[in-house]
Order: sequence, then structure tokens, then C-alpha cells
Amino acid sequence: MLPALRFDRVTKTFIHHTGRMLLRERVIEMMRPSRRPRFEALKDVSFELMPGDSLGVIGPNGAGKSTLLNLATGLSFPDRGSITVNGRVTALLELGAGFHPDLTGAENVRVNGAMMGMTRRQVTACFEEIVDFSGVREFINEPLRVYSAGMTVRLAFSVAIAADPEVLLIDEVLGLGDQAFYARCLDRIRSFQRDGKTIVLASHSTELITMLCQRALWIERGQVVELGAAAGVVAAYKATGP
Amino acid sequence: MTERRWRGDYVFLFENLILKDFKIRYRNMSLGILWSLINPLVMMTVLSFIFVRVFATRDGDAHNQPFPVFVLCGIVPFNFFVGALMSGATSIVDNAGLIKRVPVPREVVPIAAVLSNCVHLLIQIALLLLLTVAFGRHPNRYWLWLPPIWALYIAFVCGLALGSSAINVYIRDTRYVLESFTTVLFWLVPIFYPFSIIPLKYKDIYQFNPVAALVLALRNILMDGTAPPISLILNLTIAASFALGLGFLIFRRLKLRFYEHI
Repeated sequence: MLPALRFDRVTKTFIHHTGRMLLRERVIEMMRPSRRPRFEALKDVSFELMPGDSLGVIGPNGAGKSTLLNLATGLSFPDRGSITVNGRVTALLELGAGFHPDLTGAENVRVNGAMMGMTRRQVTACFEEIVDFSGVREFINEPLRVYSAGMTVRLAFSVAIAADPEVLLIDEVLGLGDQAFYARCLDRIRSFQRDGKTIVLASHSTELITMLCQRALWIERGQVVELGAAAGVVAAYKATGP
Repeated sequence: MTERRWRGDYVFLFENLILKDFKIRYRNMSLGILWSLINPLVMMTVLSFIFVRVFATRDGDAHNQPFPVFVLCGIVPFNFFVGALMSGATSIVDNAGLIKRVPVPREVVPIAAVLSNCVHLLIQIALLLLLTVAFGRHPNRYWLWLPPIWALYIAFVCGLALGSSAINVYIRDTRYVLESFTTVLFWLVPIFYPFSIIPLKYKDIYQFNPVAALVLALRNILMDGTAPPISLILNLTIAASFALGLGFLIFRRLKLRFYEHI
């Protein structure tokens, strides 16, 4: 069986630039190719997830969790090493990413579904299910800007899960829904896991990770500290904490 | 470093992105779609007034050339060029949220921006055809040339938008360079004067300009009732293939580091 997601000695470097994307800077760079400071966001990270595996990613702020998810999503690319994915990847990286505040909930569902690779028929078939699951039916024809953060994340999660990906990547957004939605999310994630789908979840909530994931990856300053069974890694991580 | 293959429905995706643009743009306008008609009509009226009445260089229908249609043949392609190129060029930076968070194929973004402008374009072409008929030019079989020449023209603009949108990520001045460029272009396209008055030594500047080529072809078809010369078609075809090829090439190289530079 092919792995669902595989990182093979992945290194990602960011070059510090002034942040000013202007002609003047480009010309100066060309004339004086200075050695600008580099920052290694991920260093030699390897792991392999088979279909059905769930991986929790833990580590302090700035450890490289988000970089890891961005690379896995295919939004940026490693400098060294390789990333292999088999199947469709869907990511919930940020509250309402890809949503537009001026469009209604229903319109955003269609646009987002299309961007995640759903066909017209799939969006139409899943539409009711998405609305039901999100629990925002009475606001579905209102523009997204009147939604609360919780409502937005509920709708985003509902679309992402309806896209029926083989790999689902989640970055710390689930906490924004209310208790009832949270419980339904966990249910949905569990049935997703039973279907042999793969999940990568970055979170500061070690409880959530031990609850949902069999395996955990602890990274710090871009390097793997420990990779193994979730309970063990979480315990070791907590032991170093304050 | 290669982008991962996106498996989805491109037609459905483009349809949704174009519809999204369209809804966002018109939801906050009381006159809605009428704005697409007002701008070219105002420009046509002003230019007609100035050149027919004030300068009186062309007295109305003297050459059997209705000036409003004549000038609209220039305005519609030029307006589309400016509007589509500018929204295309800034599309990647404007959609930073999408580029940084959604793994949709990046090429889709500038192309959808250009295609969104085609909605206005269709309305303006309808206006142009309506005025053509209203001024006594009957539809002829050469009208069949309209879809392919417009398609080539749109492909040409898509190519420019792809290249410039990618460059604009790294050099944000690109849009201002393009703005100046379109101002110059206004004078390099025979919008309110006929091609025939251009001195021979400057004719080449116009000859190889795809925007001018479309304007001339439109006048051939709509006003003279003749087929556009093969040289114009060739010009548009070469320009479209070249722009698309180069645009994709530039885009493919530059897109890999969009994430870090937006």
C-alpha cells in the first residue's frame, strides 16, 4: 500500500527579505547579491503516514508546525527533501480561508467546494449535508461578514469534510466552534478515520491530540524531537513544559 | 520543486470564480450592469462631439462612416485591454488569502480575472453590434470572424496577465509601469482616427500592435463589410501564442515562491 503522506528529509528555508517588494530592492539585490540571513523553518523532517493514520503535531509557537502543514498542503515547496501525497488533500489552515465576506454562505460553499476540487454534481449533492452539518441554515443566504467566528469555522469545516479528501490537514481552528459543534466534529473525524482517511492535526491542545491521533510528532525549532505513539510523545512534551 | 496536481473540475472552478468576481463587483452598485454601458457610451459621445463638431475633421457620415460606430470599434477593445490587464496583473497580490491558504492551481487566478472582464466585454460588444445595425450596417457573413478574433485577443491578454501578475508579486511597481504603458498605448491604437492617415514610416508601430490589429479587423468586418486581411489574423494569432507561451513560462518559474513573497 502507498503511504498517504510522506515527508522525506524535508528542509524548508526562508530568506529574510526586507518585505518591500519594490523595483529598487530588486535592483540593489542584483547588484549586490549579499548573503541575507536564512532561517530554517524545518530541518530534515521525515515521517510517513499510511492511509488511516492520524498524526498530531505539537511544539511551541514558531516550532514549524504551520510550515509543515503548508508544505503538506502544497502551498509552498521544500528546499531539500521530498513530499509525496497520494490522494486529494484538503486543509483547514485558517478561519475562513478562501471565503469572501461579501458573498453569502451558500455562494462561499460553492466557490470553496470548486476550489477544493469538487465537481458541480458533488457540490449540489452535498449542499444540504454541508448546511445541516454546519448548523448555520438560517444564515446561509446572508453575507459571510455577518457570521461569527464560530459560524465561519463550522461552515469551513463542513465544506472541507464534504470534499471527501484522502488527507485532511487541520491547523488549530477547531476550538472556535461551540461545544455541540466540537462534539460533532470529533464524531465526524472519527468516522473519517474509520474510512481509512489520513489526518494531520497541529494543535496546542495535547488532550485533543491524545484523543484523536495514534501518533504524534513533536517539533522544536524546525527539528523533530520525538515521533511516536501519541501518548508517549505528549507525555514527554508535557514533562519539558513549565 | 513542482506543484502538486490539482484534481478537480476546471470549468466549474472558472465558472465560480468569474461569478464570484461579478457578484462582488455589482452587489454594491445601484446601477449594476448598466455601468458597463455607461463608460463606453460617454467616451463615444465625447469623442464623437469633439471630432465631428469641434474639430469638424470628419463631417458625420461624409465618408459613409458613422463616427460613433467607428470610435466604438476602438474604445471597446482598448477598454477591455486596460481593464482586463490591470485586474489580471494585480490578481495574485489581491488574492493573497487564496494564494497562501488554498491549494488551487495558481494559473487560475489571473486567467479568471481576465475572464471576469469578459462579462462587461460581452455587454459592450452587444452595444457595438446594436449601434452598427442602428447606423444602417447590416449583419454580414464576415461577422463570423468576430468570435475567433476576439478569442485570440482574449488569449493574448491572458498571456500578458499571467506574466505580469507573477512579476507583480516580486516587483510591486509593475502595475504602475503597466498604467503608464496603457496611457501610451491609447495613442498607439487608432481609436479616433483611421489607419489610413498614419504616415507610412510609422505604420509599422501600428502594424505589429495586436490591440490595433483587432480594432482594424473590427472596422473591416463591421463598417466595410469585408473580411479582415490575413495579415491582421496572423498578427493576432502570433501575438496570442507568443504572449500565452511566455506568460505561462514566466508564471511557472515564479509561482514556486509566491508563498514567501506575498
